Amino acid sequence: MMFAGLSRNDKLLFAGFTIAALAMPLLAWPVGANYPDLLQKFAIYGIFAIGFNILFGLTGYLSFGHAAFLGVGSYAAVWMFKGVTMNVIPAVIFGVLVSGMFAALIGFISLRRSGIYFSILTLAFAQMSYNLAYSVLTPITNGETGLQLSQDDARVIDRMFTEQTAGLPSTNLFGLEMSGYPGFYFCCVLLIIAFFIALRIQRSPFGMMLRAIKTNQVRMNYTGFNTRPYALTAFIISGMYAGLAGSLLAVTDPLAGAERMQWTASGEVVLMTILGGAGTLIGPILGAGLIKYFENIFSSYNDGLLAESFSFLPDFLNDALVFVIGPFVGEGWSLLLGIVFMAIVIFLPGGLMEGLARIHGWYRRRGQGDAGRKVAKQAAE
Amino acid sequence: MDVILLQLLNGLDKGGAYALIALGLTIIFGTLGVVNFAHGALFMLGAFCAVSVQALLTISKKVKDESIKFFDAYKEIPYLEAWWGDTGAMIIDYAVPISILVAIPLMLLIGLGMERGLIRYFYKRPHAEQILVTFGLAIVVQELIKAQFGANPIPTPAPEVIAGSANVGLWVGLGESVVYPWWRLIYLAFAGVVIASAFAFLNLTTYGMVVRAGMADRETVGLLGINIQRRFTIVFGMAAVIAGLAGVMYTPILPPDYHMGMDFLVLSFVVVVVGGMGSLGGAVLAGFVLGILQSFASMNEVKSILPGIDQIIIYLIAVVILLVRPRGLLGRKGVMES
Repeated sequence: MMFAGLSRNDKLLFAGFTIAALAMPLLAWPVGANYPDLLQKFAIYGIFAIGFNILFGLTGYLSFGHAAFLGVGSYAAVWMFKGVTMNVIPAVIFGVLVSGMFAALIGFISLRRSGIYFSILTLAFAQMSYNLAYSVLTPITNGETGLQLSQDDARVIDRMFTEQTAGLPSTNLFGLEMSGYPGFYFCCVLLIIAFFIALRIQRSPFGMMLRAIKTNQVRMNYTGFNTRPYALTAFIISGMYAGLAGSLLAVTDPLAGAERMQWTASGEVVLMTILGGAGTLIGPILGAGLIKYFENIFSSYNDGLLAESFSFLPDFLNDALVFVIGPFVGEGWSLLLGIVFMAIVIFLPGGLMEGLARIHGWYRRRGQGDAGRKVAKQAAE
Repeated sequence: MDVILLQLLNGLDKGGAYALIALGLTIIFGTLGVVNFAHGALFMLGAFCAVSVQALLTISKKVKDESIKFFDAYKEIPYLEAWWGDTGAMIIDYAVPISILVAIPLMLLIGLGMERGLIRYFYKRPHAEQILVTFGLAIVVQELIKAQFGANPIPTPAPEVIAGSANVGLWVGLGESVVYPWWRLIYLAFAGVVIASAFAFLNLTTYGMVVRAGMADRETVGLLGINIQRRFTIVFGMAAVIAGLAGVMYTPILPPDYHMGMDFLVLSFVVVVVGGMGSLGGAVLAGFVLGILQSFASMNEVKSILPGIDQIIIYLIAVVILLVRPRGLLGRKGVMES
């Protein structure tokens, strides 16, 4: 039932993805990324990027305000923790619903325009939410400090069953604490579900419609389709994905701050999606993983560590390498990210997935070329 | 009345900065059709021209401090002061005005280099890709500056002569209650001069006329045997200079740091959209209008009626304008209206 209508390739893709996602701790082990905090980030930002891709990759609408939904999801989830229960299920559901409604509102207005105007409208809304979260909405968002759990929160349902203990309670799934690997596997299962939904959307008539909007919206309108409801649906779905990612951020670490909504955060998800390959299924997740991985690895490097890792080289070479590479790691890793991103946009607009496809195609052509030559040789003989 | 005058000045001042950045943005869009997300970075580079000039002028040597007798104490004296005494000190004091002279050729070169090196490959590509690549460039520039100058704001004071405040109230007959920093008044005047000269250049010279003709119909101008591309390149350089000058002059008001460009970029895009993409007059008008509205919205009387309005007024206006009049205040009909 679940897989009805999917081609064999898609089933394989989904199976492969599931296995890879579940085995992520093992896969990340050789590159030294197998600790739960980072793995959680892979899964969460993977979801965020998948969702962004449903909007940007399929319909071509470039939103520069997606972090607003991430932030709203975080706030909603933390409020659920504070008010009702530390169980993560209601928090996640609430986060997704609230950000979905928020997305419906913003999308309804923003989608009246397309192209760069759409980008600027979403940017304007995100900046508004960010500014408001810092100022007037302080009762809801707790301003600069960020929204945190506290000892005297209501937590209505939890109070009914358990006595209040000293210290802050932690988020849990029916008693299983959501930190470390359990937390990762919770995010991971949601990532797999999110991926599956994205796969179904992409292969459905609805997904076809979205891609048609990207290709030629005017023509769609002339053939009698009203494209706006489709684009709006995509926008809401994508906002809900962002909300899911936001509430998962709150699940793994129950606090929410306004800086999550800043437009640089919206820029980050754009980077992830483009880097991996907009419009592809795997690309955005790949991009999210790569950016989070390198952010983590590179930002911990400094000149001392760098010198140590090149210590097998003669001194002058070591110094030269540290001098050259130094500015790109540690604090300056965003510089590297910026350069790589520019290179991708300039030379490989389809992202890493296009790069892989090109290499694949090149090999195949070469293989065929060999075969072709053999045939020609035989014919000549 | 006093408060209103003060807020008006504040608004004009802020509006001056918005208008300058937005003017460059809209010139680039009008001529080259490129959406330049790296324009804020140009503004920031201008500001850091002033920082570098100040740093260059104050290169110091260590001198023994004679006033401390108990132990060997050293103090730093800038070479300029050591060589020329008071004249040297005065040159250092005037670091910001001097850096204008440095910023003009430097920003022109940066602008030309950027257009020839990167932007020209993106004329034919979709707006989304232009946004993305210039966004990447902005990150790179910003990080380079951060690597060189650190993450903290660097104070670059205005010359001492004009460090105080002007008694604006007295000029308009409101008594001594309204005072306003001299430098901000100078900034306003400077913005006026730069805007006026940009308009004069485009509207009164033959060169500008050809550029405007190219904006209206690029192909025909090309068919007349004019190398319009080269003129557009130079216009791009001009826009970079305008952004850079806005940055240089802004340093005494706001100590520059590496992300000031991004902060202004978002606002100036909103300004451009409100004024109308590609409309020069619109950008200037919208810059001042939004600046003034923003400063009036931050009055306590207004905030008590509509809490938080000062934070969002600009974006709110942009949303309303985009929905009811998408071509902007002074935009030409049919330009980017979809």
